[in-house]
Amino acid sequence: MSEIKNYTLNFGPQHPAAHGVLRLILELDGEVVERADPHIGLLHRGTEKLAESKPYNQSIGYMDRLDYVSMMCNEHAYVMGIEKMLGLKIPERAEYIRVMFDEITRIMNHLMWIGTHALDVGAMSVFLYAFRERESLIDCYEAVSGSRMHATYYRPGGVYRDLPDKMPQYLKSKLRSDKKLKEINKNRQGSLLDFIDDFAVNFPKSIQQYSDLLTDNRIWKQRLVNIAIVSADRAKQLGFTGAMLRGSGVEWDIRKNEPYSVYEKLEFDIPVGITGDCYDRYLVRMEEMRQSTRIINQCVAWLKANPGPVMSDDHKVTPPDREAMKDDMESLIHHFKLFTEGFCLPEGESYTAVEAPKGEFGVYLVSDGANKPYRVKIRAPGFPHLASMDEMSKGHMLSDVVTIIGSQDIVFGEVDR
Amino acid sequence: MKELKKKIAKVFGKKNVSESFDELTLVINSDDVVEVCTQLRDDFNFDILVDLCGVDYLTYGESDWNGNASSSGFGRARQAQKSSNKKEQRFGVVYHLLSVSENQRLRVKALLSSENLMIKSVTKIWNCADWYEREAFDLFGILFENHNDLRRILTDYGFVGHPLRKDFPMIGEVEMRYDEELGRVVYEPVSIEPNINVPRVIRK
Repeated sequence: MSEIKNYTLNFGPQHPAAHGVLRLILELDGEVVERADPHIGLLHRGTEKLAESKPYNQSIGYMDRLDYVSMMCNEHAYVMGIEKMLGLKIPERAEYIRVMFDEITRIMNHLMWIGTHALDVGAMSVFLYAFRERESLIDCYEAVSGSRMHATYYRPGGVYRDLPDKMPQYLKSKLRSDKKLKEINKNRQGSLLDFIDDFAVNFPKSIQQYSDLLTDNRIWKQRLVNIAIVSADRAKQLGFTGAMLRGSGVEWDIRKNEPYSVYEKLEFDIPVGITGDCYDRYLVRMEEMRQSTRIINQCVAWLKANPGPVMSDDHKVTPPDREAMKDDMESLIHHFKLFTEGFCLPEGESYTAVEAPKGEFGVYLVSDGANKPYRVKIRAPGFPHLASMDEMSKGHMLSDVVTIIGSQDIVFGEVDR
Repeated sequence: MKELKKKIAKVFGKKNVSESFDELTLVINSDDVVEVCTQLRDDFNFDILVDLCGVDYLTYGESDWNGNASSSGFGRARQAQKSSNKKEQRFGVVYHLLSVSENQRLRVKALLSSENLMIKSVTKIWNCADWYEREAFDLFGILFENHNDLRRILTDYGFVGHPLRKDFPMIGEVEMRYDEELGRVVYEPVSIEPNINVPRVIRK
């Protein structure tokens, strides 16, 4: 009888189910994983080093490119860190806009996650449905910042500009009939807030649709239930945050436990899992989308009723009004100083974290009083999650590795930085 | 948080604890990192290590520009100045701890002497420190004693140097291109010039 030996399999870095550029060295015994060694860093761009060489304002765009499916949440952590060190108060309307877009981002991220996760496991259709809904949210990004992905919309002191009064509409084209045009522009007749409102009303139906396709689906459950169980203690040991930690039954959400921005004033619930397997994490994220919709509804109502400024008027940090610069010397000086030198943060260090869709996204800023950060450390939620790959996949089949990657919700922009 | 500050000051000494921006920092001696961290986990319930990172204090408090433009013009700020100061404790390791049950956070900072870049690993206390320590080793060259698998993590296979050190140039040291004659990728010293667009200025 011939002896069966363990063998090594190179998974990635160009594997479609690796969610980017993950290279996994898998030691297999037959089809069972004995050891998984993720090699990361293939997307390392040196964001932290780059941020050290630029004034604070110029690094906001880099934050978008970290976790490139939840752009605005990354910006939020960075901008909040700067505001904390400057002691800057920002207008309440800006806070509500930020929270609304944080939740829009959360839904966007989760739609991406559910689409790719289902695709990896073998369900094609969910991907198509999820991206249909995601498109509307990307349109919101575009309407507000001019960019579909890398928005750079949050600035120290508030947000770049107020929400537009008119939602951009689809134009006439040879490819679509007038009837079709009228139909797709139906919910774009009013302002951006009306569009978001309409989305929030209809979105729970879409979640129900994905849920119908997956939650009780036999194949889905066979692939997810009891795969990669992580107990609450282990989850803490492994440094999990966000849905990964909540999936294991630990009730911890920065939005509730250390409320930032205006989360204190909003009503929402925190879903928590029981067993800590992939299926629980799936259920937690699905419920999070429903809760995000609730938050968006409350924000839309508040924003409709309360117009006001969206940017702090401390012009040491925020650019002055274009018109004021024409005849006001002080505004001109502020503008010149801000765009040639930037602003200086007081000496010190701070760690600011937000509940990003993937977990705790933190920014550790060390300032020596200069106009550039002395050190920026980005705490990416995906990093410890991926680090647990070995433990989570041990003893599971090769095909489960794909489920686990999907369940961890890995994006390489933030893991590699 | 006041209570936690008092408690920590009582155990680890008052002068080691400081508070800024509503955050607590505990400065410790790099030799007792394992003892202190074990105590923090077991007695103070800091059950999650949120983050671990290195910091290089080589050029801390230095600016490219002293604000006196009349003597030699503005041009000199376009090139980084070589740092002349020698720090006795150049590197630091910073731990960010979180207690889920008590809802508290703490920053622990250990400074390392420049001669001996060695600190004990905390992987036994918090398992997730594994990759964080590999990262700090990769980017700063800090060595973690008793770490099982201290390989590079973020940089390329065969990378030389520690890129987040302040004396590592922004533009890097080597560039890569495909050589037609040799039929493979070759590494060469960088050909681009370092440039600073906005000089570093410190204003108090």
